[in-house]
Amino acid sequence: MTWVNIIVQGALLGGFYALFAIGLSMSFGIMRLVNIAHGDLIVLSAYVALVATWYTGFDPFLSLVIVLPVMFALGYLLQRGLLNQTLSGGLLPPLLVTFGISIIIQNALLEGFGAQDYRLQEGAVETASLQAGGFYVGVYPLLIFAVAVACIAALQLLFYRTRLGRAFRAVSDDADTAELMGIDNRKLYALAFAIAMIFTALAGVFFGIRTIFAPSSGPIRLILAFEAVIIGGLGSMWGTLIGGIVLGVAQAVGAALDPTWQILAGHLAFLAILIIRPSGLFPRTRD
Amino acid sequence: METVRVERATRASRVFAVFALLGLAALIAMPWWSDDAGNMRLVGEMAYYLALAQLWNLLAGYAGLVSVGQQAYVGLGGYTLFYLTGVWDMNVYLAMAIAGPFAGLISIPVSFAVFRLRGAYFAVGTWVVSEVFLLFASLIAVLGAGSGLSLTPSILREISPERDTRDIILYLMSLAISVFVFGVVYLLLRSRHGMALTAIRDSERASASLGVNTFRTKFIIYIATAACTGLIGALIFLQKLRISPEAGFSINDWTVVVIFMVVIGGIGTLEGPFIGMLIFIVLRELLADYGKYYLILLGVIAIGIMLKAPYGIWGWIIQRFDLQLFPVGRRLALAPTEEPAASVPKI
Amino acid sequence: MTLLQTQNLSAFYGDFQALFDINVTVEAGETVAVIGANGAGKTTLLRTLAGSLVTAPETVFFDGEPIGHKTPHEIVRLGIALVPEGRRLFPSLSVEENLLLGTHSERSGPWTLERVYRLFPRLHELRRLPAPSLSGGQQQMAAVGRALMSNPRLLLCDELSLGLAPVVIRDIYATLSTIAAEGTTIVLVEQDINRALDASSRFYCLQEGRLALTAPTKDFNRAAITAAYFGMQGRAG
Repeated sequence: MTWVNIIVQGALLGGFYALFAIGLSMSFGIMRLVNIAHGDLIVLSAYVALVATWYTGFDPFLSLVIVLPVMFALGYLLQRGLLNQTLSGGLLPPLLVTFGISIIIQNALLEGFGAQDYRLQEGAVETASLQAGGFYVGVYPLLIFAVAVACIAALQLLFYRTRLGRAFRAVSDDADTAELMGIDNRKLYALAFAIAMIFTALAGVFFGIRTIFAPSSGPIRLILAFEAVIIGGLGSMWGTLIGGIVLGVAQAVGAALDPTWQILAGHLAFLAILIIRPSGLFPRTRD
Repeated sequence: METVRVERATRASRVFAVFALLGLAALIAMPWWSDDAGNMRLVGEMAYYLALAQLWNLLAGYAGLVSVGQQAYVGLGGYTLFYLTGVWDMNVYLAMAIAGPFAGLISIPVSFAVFRLRGAYFAVGTWVVSEVFLLFASLIAVLGAGSGLSLTPSILREISPERDTRDIILYLMSLAISVFVFGVVYLLLRSRHGMALTAIRDSERASASLGVNTFRTKFIIYIATAACTGLIGALIFLQKLRISPEAGFSINDWTVVVIFMVVIGGIGTLEGPFIGMLIFIVLRELLADYGKYYLILLGVIAIGIMLKAPYGIWGWIIQRFDLQLFPVGRRLALAPTEEPAASVPKI
Repeated sequence: MTLLQTQNLSAFYGDFQALFDINVTVEAGETVAVIGANGAGKTTLLRTLAGSLVTAPETVFFDGEPIGHKTPHEIVRLGIALVPEGRRLFPSLSVEENLLLGTHSERSGPWTLERVYRLFPRLHELRRLPAPSLSGGQQQMAAVGRALMSNPRLLLCDELSLGLAPVVIRDIYATLSTIAAEGTTIVLVEQDINRALDASSRFYCLQEGRLALTAPTKDFNRAAITAAYFGMQGRAG
């Protein structure tokens, strides 16, 4: 197990974590909302895909045509109906409401599906691997990394080349003045959250194919996404990718020393960066 | 000319204090008027949940530190107790006395990391720390690794060789610790630190500009809360006889329900945690047969409260009736003088 | 014709009352100044007109329609645009992107990006730069341009001269009269009384949230204005 191999595996894992983090980063960036239910929404997406595959016989990738619109609509309704009302109340309401949503999702899934593990079956791509420079790289991790990069690039295009993206950036800067320009903030937030849910749902399906999941799988996804965002620095999507890579590499190094140390190594790296460089590697947001 | 007096207590609070003391006396005497050991266990549980709720309320409702990671100190206190009594053969009471301060000590380096974060980030940061504790506990052999530790039977005999007496002692310890924690919180809030906290809560910047050392106040509160939480953790797992990483550091058991108690009862008030705890216990007992539905219901209620009545049930009562049972503020009262005044200015 | 009219308009920040029974009328095409000392309520008045502060529907009428309860984004779509106090350009956006933000009102009219650049040629050179890198005067031009992009019928200008050098202020007010000449109705708030009165045909003077004086500017009596500004005459009940 060479060190190059460890770095590569860690970097690919990092792409996975960055994919988790996109939705979280978006809702923070535009609405200053830290969504405690984010991890549970990833897991919920996996369950939606599961049910979709049961009823339609689609494979998980194809089921995305169902999962993405469903989660988009759910996100829009959630923000419009519930989360918009928490935004003006200070720190506690958004945190506690999303915390409440997290608990509800976890326990509703528990009641509905039970505590056992499930997995989405995609077939050959899960285990296929390429040979490069003397070691093997899994096709699936490579695919996830590519998807993460593509998503971030797409988001950058949205933010910087479209009228809607311009509105998102304006609202993120100064919501009151944006409203004075004719932007309906409530609708914009709902749309932002709905778009974030598309990325979250994508992450959920890829996650469900890669690992077994259960109702309690949510919180750790939130923590991993959160760590990637903080390490990379708030406000920068590419920073989130770097943050994910740093996290992934830290975990890979830990795992190489002892497999049971993987997650712990990631947490310790996160805490270390927090102490040494609290604003992250590439911070951008005004807060 | 009127003179003005500074008063601490209100009439309602004095009346309530009498009832509270009577109630406490009745609870202390419960082992002698109730035969049901189940009752004692339930009241003991209510007592330690109340203590946890008061502490979280102090942290989040007064100091503005919304922590989702207090379970770190619950587990830490429990593991400290089991380790000291099991591996070092320490006397159980001594071990408990150490568990609290030790948790407080550990919270110091923790605060260096998490205080870098604010608001919701602080919350998730504290969660990460508790996950770190959980993972450490599950990896270290001497702490029983994944399966945890059992309490050495001789420890129980140390408390009392008879089971019934033991239950009574544990029950009274629960009450005592709960009263102690409540006393700490109450006295803290009545003191200058308490006023500093209320000022910080209302406006951190304004209070900093007035010379309130916001960082030090929050730091002290965080350490004190961690220490008390550790003590409670030791008590909880002494009664449970076993500890494992998942149980000791369970966010569901020690943080989710505590947060809901405080939020539903009324965050930022001393009376709120009492109400929230009672509601939680009632709901749990009523819905015991319905699996996880009571947690879902708790979630729905908490969301509703946050949107419609963010100050909780007690906050609503305060608004309607201007009632305060645990007076922490100071009121100005006019004292009448000899000569009748032509017009008395209203306060 | 009367474009804007307030009727017994009162405004509150929580428990604090900032405006007391304000009655103001603005005819189409005219430029009206609102003057007063700090804290008199001038900015509050503009923010209420723009919708940032909510009041009862029938306290503000625009073109005969009650708008007191409407949200800012609804109001800008009706044709009222605010140039906020302190400019409030979006720091993450370039100059041109800031200007384009004005089009979110979805109103059509004579003001396009080209036209704004013709009015403010300097902005065209600076258009790709991030907004914070502009000087105060340039930012003010951009803020006015952004408001114009929404093709307003009524332009509200809050303290255009704040923090700017006199020669810059002169240029901005010259532009303002160009805009007024096109027929746009303008309400401007200013602490600089001379500027305000030079640019307007009528003025209102606020004092501690109340209307203290109103007159056509050609009738202006220095002593009367000073008294009203500082509240030296008896306050009307």
